[in-house]
Amino acid sequence: MFKDNSQTMKQQDKRLRIVEQTMRKHGSEPHALIETLHAVQESYGFIDQEMMEYVADKLGVPLSKVYGVVTFYHFFTLKPQGEHVCVVCTGTACYIGGAKAIIDEITKSYEIMQGETTKDNKLSLVTARCLGACGIAPAVVYDGEVAGKQNAQAVIQRIGGWLKNES
Amino acid sequence: MKENGKILVCTGTSGISAGAEEVIKSITNELANKNLLDKWQVIKVGDRGLFRDVLIDIITPQGSRFTYEYIKPSDVSKIIEKHIINDVPIDKLLAGKDYNQFFKGQTRIVLSNCGEISPENIDEYIERGGYTSLQKALKSNPAELIDEVQRSGLRGRGGAGFSTGLKWRFCYEAQSDEKYVICNADEGDPGAFMDRSILEGDPHAVLEGMAIAGYAIGSKEGYIYCRAEYPHAIKRLNAAISSARKRGFIGNNIMGSTFSFDITIVKGAGAFVCGEETALISSIEGKRGMPKIRPPYPAQKGLWGKPTLINNVETLANIRHIIKNGANWFASIGTEKSKGTKVFALAGKVKNTGLVEIPMGTTIREIIYGPGGGPARKKISLKAVQMGGPSGGCLPAGLFDTLVDYEAISKTGAIVGSGGMIVMDEKTCMVDIAKFFLQFTVSESCGKCLPCRVGLKRMFEVLIEITEGRGKNEHLSFLIKMGNTIKSASLCGLGNTAPNPVLSTLKYFQDEYLAHILEKRCPAGVCTNLLSFEVLEDKCIKCGKCYKACPSGAVQWKKGYHAKINKDLCIKCKACIGACDYMAIK
Repeated sequence: MFKDNSQTMKQQDKRLRIVEQTMRKHGSEPHALIETLHAVQESYGFIDQEMMEYVADKLGVPLSKVYGVVTFYHFFTLKPQGEHVCVVCTGTACYIGGAKAIIDEITKSYEIMQGETTKDNKLSLVTARCLGACGIAPAVVYDGEVAGKQNAQAVIQRIGGWLKNES
Repeated sequence: MKENGKILVCTGTSGISAGAEEVIKSITNELANKNLLDKWQVIKVGDRGLFRDVLIDIITPQGSRFTYEYIKPSDVSKIIEKHIINDVPIDKLLAGKDYNQFFKGQTRIVLSNCGEISPENIDEYIERGGYTSLQKALKSNPAELIDEVQRSGLRGRGGAGFSTGLKWRFCYEAQSDEKYVICNADEGDPGAFMDRSILEGDPHAVLEGMAIAGYAIGSKEGYIYCRAEYPHAIKRLNAAISSARKRGFIGNNIMGSTFSFDITIVKGAGAFVCGEETALISSIEGKRGMPKIRPPYPAQKGLWGKPTLINNVETLANIRHIIKNGANWFASIGTEKSKGTKVFALAGKVKNTGLVEIPMGTTIREIIYGPGGGPARKKISLKAVQMGGPSGGCLPAGLFDTLVDYEAISKTGAIVGSGGMIVMDEKTCMVDIAKFFLQFTVSESCGKCLPCRVGLKRMFEVLIEITEGRGKNEHLSFLIKMGNTIKSASLCGLGNTAPNPVLSTLKYFQDEYLAHILEKRCPAGVCTNLLSFEVLEDKCIKCGKCYKACPSGAVQWKKGYHAKINKDLCIKCKACIGACDYMAIK
C-alpha cells in the first residue's frame, strides 16, 4: 500500500513515521506489537496485509503471530471503514433499552450487517460491546460523537441526513 | 469582592455528548461580555455519575452552592444575568427532587472527588488532601502498610473479591529484583462504568494508590492497562501522569525519598477476556490475550515472569483513603466480611440511572428505591436485577432485601462482580436477557478451552430455538447440564462464570422458559416470533397510547374504544408494546 502508490507517498510517509516512532519508543521489541498495531490503525484507519508484513519484519515477530493478534482483538480491523461510521452500543443497558431494534432498522434500510460497509463505501455499521454510557442508553456514536437516548427512527433520520448531504 | 466564584461544568463522556463544550463556550463568552472573567472561574469537572445532560454548579464567593441541571447554551445568558450578576437563583432550572434523592443515601468515598475537581489540575487534587497518603506511606515501612491494608478488610473490586492486603503480602514476600504493579482498567462488563468515571474524574487517586502499592511490595514500575474504548480516560491519565511526574509524586526519588516508581499506560484492544489477570499480562506482553493455568499466580510469576500485583481501578482508588483514615475507620463501614463501600452502575428500568456508591451491607431494595428512585414507569413493576454482567446472575424481586455483601449475593446465584446493576421490569424477557449475555460470552471466549468455546455456542443455539418458538422440553435439562459442565471444566473466570446468566434465570424464572417452550408465548412481549400482536381487551384501558406510538398506522383506536391491530399493516416493531402501561398487547 505505501510502496507503490506514489501520488500520496508524502502523506503516507507521515503516517508511516508515526508507526515507526511508536516502534522506536518501545525499542522495536516484540512486546510493542499491540501498541504498534494501534498506531497503524490510528494513522491508516485499518490494518492490511502489507502493514502486517512490515510490522512483523521490524519487530521480529512471525507474520502468523501478527495476524493472530490482529484478529484476536475486536478493536483492530482488516478492512477500511466507510466515510461515515455509525457505532451502536450493545451493552446490557442499551440492549434492554432497544439497541437491537436500532441495528435491525439500519440493517433493513441500508442492507448492511454489523461490521459491514455499504457498497458505495458511504456507511459502516459497527457495534460496540459497551461504551460505558449506560445512563443514557441506548447510545449511538455518529462519526465519533456520542448521542444518548436514541431510537430507530432518530438513527435513520441522522444517517439519512449524512447521505443526503453528499449525494 | 473577596474571593472568586466558581462555575463547575460536568464534562464526562456523557456531559460532552450532551453538549457541555458548547455550554462552556457560552459561559465564557457571556462572562467576557460582562467583564466578569476575573471574578468567576469556569472549571471542567469529571462525571458526577448522574446523567442530567449538562450539569453546572455555581459556587458563590460566599461559598453557597447551586446546582443547575439539563442546561442548554441558550439558558446561559439568563443564568449569568439573574444569578451571577443579580444574585437571584433561577428556581425553574435548579436541580430538582430526583437529583437530591439520587445523592441521598450514598456514601461517597471513592467518588468523593468525581465531579468536584478538575481532573486536569493537580493542584485541586492536592488541595483536597491528594498525595498526603503517599507521603504518609513513605514514612512507614512496607510491612506495616500491608498490615494496614489487610486489616482494613478491603477486597478486590474487580469481581472476585479477593483480599487486597493478602495479594499485596504475596507480592511483598516473593523474592525478585524486579516486581510490577498493574492497574486493571479493562472494564469489560457491559453495563459497568465506574472505573471509567474514576479515571476520567479523579485520575490522581489511582496513581497515588499505585505508587503506595509499589512502595509496599517493592516495585519500581507500574502499568495501567486501559480499554482503548475509553479515549477520554486515557487522555486524562496521560495528563495526570505527566503533571504528577513534574511535581515529583511519581518518577525518581519520590518526595525526596529513596523510592522511585513510574507508570506507563498500555491500551487494550477490545477483548473482554483481558480483564482476567493472566490474559491481561499476555496482552501487555504483546500477545493474544489467552489465560494461563494458575498456579503460578501472578504474585509469584506474572509480567515478564516477575512477581506482579494486579489491582482494579476502584480497589486502588480506595487505598489513599485507607492510609489516610486508617484500617479501623474503613473496617467500621460494611458487613462482617465485606468492608467499605462499593460503587454500582445502576441502569435499566429505574428512574435515576448512574453511579451509586453505597456502604456494603445496604440492601438491593435501598439502592433501587433510594438513589434509583424506584421503577422508571410507575405502572410496570420491577421483576429482577442483574448483577455482575456476563459473569453474574439475576436476583428476583423477592430477594431485593439481600444485603450487598460478597457472600450474601453469591448465595443467590448473582455476584457483586465489578458492580453492574441492571434493573429489569415486567417488559424484560429473562430468556432474551440470558441469550444476550451468552451471545456476548460466545464472541468473547478466547477459544482455548473446548467447553467454553463450543459449549457456550451450543447453549446459545438452544436459546435461539427457545426464543424463536422451536423450544423443546429437553432443552431445559440440556442447558443445566451443559452450563455446569462448562463451569467446572474451563480454565479461567470467563468460562467458569459464563453460564451463570442462564443458570440463574432458569432457577428463578423457569416459568418464563416454560411459557416460551410449551405455550410458544413471551410473557414480556420481547421475542418477536412469539408475538401475535393482538390487544387483550380485558387488560386494555382504551388510553390510545399504542395508537400514538404506531409508526405504520396499524393500530386502530378511537376514544372510548379498545384498540385493534390491523395485521396487514403491522411491521412488528413492538412500538405499541413498548408504549402500553398495562401489558395489554400479546
